[in-house]
Amino acid sequence: MATYKDYMLFDKLPHTWCAGCGDGIILQAVTSVFAELGLDKHQIALVSGIGCFGRIDDYLDINCMHVTHGRALAAATGVALANPDLTVLCTMGDGDSITIGGNHLIHCARRNINLTAIIANNYNYGQTGGQYSGTTPTGSITSTSPYGHIEQNFDICRIAEAAGATYVARATTYNPVQLRRLIRGGIEHRGFSLIEVMAACPTHYGRYNHQGEAARMMKLMNAQSVTPAQAAQMTPEELEGRIVTGLLVNREKEDYYTRYRRIIDEQNVDG
Amino acid sequence: MAKSVKKFIEGNLAAVDGAIAAGARFYAGYPISPSSEIAEGAARELPRHGGVYIQMEDELASMAALLGASLAGKKAFTATSGPGFSLMQENLGLGVMMELPAVIFEVQRSGPSTGAATKPAQADIMQARYGAHGDHSIITISPASAQECYDLTITAFNLAEKYRTPVLFMSDEVVGHLRETVTEVAPSPEEIFDRVRPAPGTTQAEFRPFDFSGTMPAPMVPLGDPNLLMRATGSIHDEKGEFCPTPDCIDRVTRYLSAKIEQNADDITITKEYRLEDAEVAMISFGCSVRSAQTAVDILRERGVKAGLLQIVTVWPMPARQIRAVLSRVKTVVVPELNLGQLAGEIRKLNDYGCRIIQANRTDGILITPQQIIDALERG
Repeated sequence: MATYKDYMLFDKLPHTWCAGCGDGIILQAVTSVFAELGLDKHQIALVSGIGCFGRIDDYLDINCMHVTHGRALAAATGVALANPDLTVLCTMGDGDSITIGGNHLIHCARRNINLTAIIANNYNYGQTGGQYSGTTPTGSITSTSPYGHIEQNFDICRIAEAAGATYVARATTYNPVQLRRLIRGGIEHRGFSLIEVMAACPTHYGRYNHQGEAARMMKLMNAQSVTPAQAAQMTPEELEGRIVTGLLVNREKEDYYTRYRRIIDEQNVDG
Repeated sequence: MAKSVKKFIEGNLAAVDGAIAAGARFYAGYPISPSSEIAEGAARELPRHGGVYIQMEDELASMAALLGASLAGKKAFTATSGPGFSLMQENLGLGVMMELPAVIFEVQRSGPSTGAATKPAQADIMQARYGAHGDHSIITISPASAQECYDLTITAFNLAEKYRTPVLFMSDEVVGHLRETVTEVAPSPEEIFDRVRPAPGTTQAEFRPFDFSGTMPAPMVPLGDPNLLMRATGSIHDEKGEFCPTPDCIDRVTRYLSAKIEQNADDITITKEYRLEDAEVAMISFGCSVRSAQTAVDILRERGVKAGLLQIVTVWPMPARQIRAVLSRVKTVVVPELNLGQLAGEIRKLNDYGCRIIQANRTDGILITPQQIIDALERG
């Protein structure tokens, strides 16, 4: 029976992430799902970008491609279309996925490329010192919003849903059991899957906003969490500052390669 | 006998045929004048040969998808021009760092910025060479005819595979849209170079997908190989492809990425000579300007001037040996080009022979004429 350890490079530990960072919990959840599904590591390809969570490939004993900031989904699109038999994962932070790479996210969702995007949202650019990102909540203090952040923040899951993603889910690192279940669902789903994981950054975001150490930040996330069923009964005002966790979208739609394959089958002259 | 067909087609479409003949089976791009016929041709032809065409949301994504497909084992290409080429620089650097084969067609147009979008220019020589940040070298091929768009595209893919690097195919609006008779000879399997794979039986413990000790790239496997895991990163890495930002690693990788191209210049560089044997006046040119220079040579010969032409096919690495050979034996060199002297500047760097170098530049979005080249020579 495989365990998460079979997919990890232990000689690279201890990892580079700060004490209390949520990324390690996601790393173990992802590798645990590989083990649960009994995936052949040679058939898994992970594409990551730049940022704290982009460093996940350093610790993984699978096929890895570590690309430029924001372009992970675009590179993963090339991988998924060049070898449709691979299980393709794309790991990004809130900077990679929705800020510098937001355009790639909506188009990847629209095309329904068969891959699983796992996004660690820690509300800021942790690796470079805690600057604000596209998901930094309005009013937050970051190293580049010292007087309070005046911009509206993105809701990654709602954008993905509107863009056509066929599997959308959100979890927090407080609840790794739910996290594993949702990642597994995303990998098993054929088409574009997105799992947003709320991950604490006690070093920067937590410190600037006086949220306390990691355990307190995680408890706060849990206190903010509501299920999709509960959210359906709440007004927009009541949902303010809440985190809707669980499976948000799950719809069947043919993925890009399957549709393109039909064209190849019709047009092929090489036999 | 090799299969061959004659077609009356434009350079851009000859390039698509060349790519298919070379074994390319993936295209990711964003349409832009004057390169769009390559996208259209790829969209039409690739599924007919089991390949995939995808139009991405921009050139940043196109180049990233190209590298993803290359790492997954496909021969991949894209096409762009001026502003799109600028956007591709980010992931062109990534391709250099990851050592991934790919071919980027850059059909030059007037600039900077939108410029005169449908008019030709040859002003991207320096962006091709230095556009991606950081020390590196790059192979850049420049065709002068529709026939060369077919033939040299096959060469471009072979060089990309052999040296595990993105190769630029830098044509221009004139050559891209020039319709000529092209004889498309299907290459034999021996004429196609595929990236080197590790010896059968290589174990993961032995496998090193990178090698910075010499001037040739290490064997690689595609993502999804049943026996070996592959790893590539845009960060400085060691022989396993693992992040390794030590001073020793940084130095090794940086020096290797340039040495791999520069020290193999004799294998990579291509030039063509026209009536150069006894020449006293030599034209040195590339791309569309070669055609005007050729006619200028003929006119000058009729007038009794011993003129000849050196066509620079590989703009990068610059064929220094061949250029020096010309500079050392003629008195005057004329450099026709559709820019303000980018190639002329490179030739001056090599001029240790006191040769008179005359620029013949045209920058109004129209192909330089043979008469303008002759006028430049006569003005001195």
